[in-house]
Amino acid sequence: MRELRQAGEKKSTRDGYGEALLRIGEADSRIVALDADLPTSTRTAKFGQKYPERFFNVGIAEQNLYSVAAGLAACGKIAFASTFAVFATERALNQIKQCIAYPALNVKIVTSHSGFSASGDGASHQTLIDVALMRSLPNMTVVVPADAVQTEQAIAAAAAHEGPVYVRLGKTEVPILFEPDTGFRIGESIRIRQGSDVTVLVTGILLGQAIEAAALAEQEGIEAELIDIHTIKPIDTAAIVGSARKTGSVITVEEHSVIGGLGGATAEVLAERHPVPLIMVGVRDTFGESGDIEQLYEKHGLTAKQILESIRLAVRKKR
Amino acid sequence: MGTENSITKLENHARSVRRHIVRMIHGSGTAGHYGGSLSCVEILCCLYFGWMRHRPEDPGWDERDRLVLSKGHAAPALYAVLAEAGYFPVEQLGSFKRFGGILQGHPDMKLTPGVDMSTGALGQGLSVALGMALAGKLDGKAYRVYALLGDGELDEGSVWEAAMAASHYRVDNLTAFVDRNNLQISGPTESFMRLEPLKSKWEAFGWEVIEVDGHRTRQILQALGTMDRVSGRPGLIIARTMKGKGIRFLENKKECHSCALTEEQFAAVMRELEGR
Repeated sequence: MRELRQAGEKKSTRDGYGEALLRIGEADSRIVALDADLPTSTRTAKFGQKYPERFFNVGIAEQNLYSVAAGLAACGKIAFASTFAVFATERALNQIKQCIAYPALNVKIVTSHSGFSASGDGASHQTLIDVALMRSLPNMTVVVPADAVQTEQAIAAAAAHEGPVYVRLGKTEVPILFEPDTGFRIGESIRIRQGSDVTVLVTGILLGQAIEAAALAEQEGIEAELIDIHTIKPIDTAAIVGSARKTGSVITVEEHSVIGGLGGATAEVLAERHPVPLIMVGVRDTFGESGDIEQLYEKHGLTAKQILESIRLAVRKKR
Repeated sequence: MGTENSITKLENHARSVRRHIVRMIHGSGTAGHYGGSLSCVEILCCLYFGWMRHRPEDPGWDERDRLVLSKGHAAPALYAVLAEAGYFPVEQLGSFKRFGGILQGHPDMKLTPGVDMSTGALGQGLSVALGMALAGKLDGKAYRVYALLGDGELDEGSVWEAAMAASHYRVDNLTAFVDRNNLQISGPTESFMRLEPLKSKWEAFGWEVIEVDGHRTRQILQALGTMDRVSGRPGLIIARTMKGKGIRFLENKKECHSCALTEEQFAAVMRELEGR
């Protein structure tokens, strides 16, 4: 169980990245950063200003971006290569597979504007399949931080981790929930709240919505166990199975397609290890569209009230 | 460089490497990339036996010159050269494409000593070589980075992203070869996707360009020497070659991109390559 901050200051996860990159870049001269014409948006810009010789903005060329990063890593650099999640994972997928994942090179693919966070720009600039794509690549670690503080921890952990890491970040400003001294280890989920009636697994910035939903459920006498799955791969199988054994039903919450996302990953774990009713909250095989982030969350059932409905449903399914 | 002795040595290596390639592909029991492997033999022999600083006994040597075989389907040529250079026993070539072996169908840097980058999906090697060259500059290292591209591969748009970026970053420690054998799977490059005027295209992208006969080791070595002295931009050596070079009935035939030899053909080819 973790003591979380009361929701107050809001910040995007990409902002956490910008600060973390500066810090680790200062501590370790092997750190280099690359971007594809979006350093202001991805927040690599500050690193670029402070360490221009270690920063490569390769222009609007994502395929080149990830292969160049691989070349730098093959010569001992720790390469952080950033652009929008959609262009990294969808456009440069084959480069990421061939040049980074297959040879297991030390490239950190840190992306912004994931999920719906490029809200107004519509489907072309949103990605709801990036986790599915990255998760299915052998040798790839996949991390989805919940707030700016956890992002800083995740970036430091990614730098220390030998091998490819995908870190999924967003533009949406969300409450800071974690404290800098909250422990963070790749692959180790964080239990936010203990409960015996239903397990709620959440990844990324919907953690705040899930916390609210669990609090609402409590008012109805439902004790939800809430777990932050910040690492989608390797997923914390022991925590998921342990909690499912205790509660007997699970819901997953993500700003991503349930196909191949946290929903799919959890289904794989439960089906093999401990089958229980599973409700997957997320996007259902559809593209994004323009709109406010609130409207998009509402449409796809991602608000706290809608998550509460899914919690109720999961409890009913046990009977 | 370029003395009669060293030229003779390189030509002997080239003959030997051709024999390895044919034996290796035929021995794998499947069709294989004879054409594009045989066209780049002299380029690779010049690099590994006459030019690059490398240590077969210490494949991870930090100061070594690097090669990215962007046209990864020419893996047989690279493997033959690496074996002959002493990275692994020549007998190991018999395991090419075999399950559980160290010689995958396309290069794998994790499995094969001396392979500097895993390749196979076309159009990516020049970018990787650029990253290596940038790392060398950052670290103030003297090593040079080489990339070997196919001409058909130049259809890939990502090659031109890399071409633009390498000249933008002024990486004069990067030299690329284009194995200009004029054939891609479908047939002549100029019929299927026109590449010419190739030299002026690369020059327009900011590269120093030299054209050579890609089967003449002296010309290749001279071009490498010139590129060493170029400052402020990357170098491209367009090596005019013949696909399938060394197997007379396959030379310059589109079928040689990937094909299999009958036992009779294999025997005849080996006699020819052994000069009998």
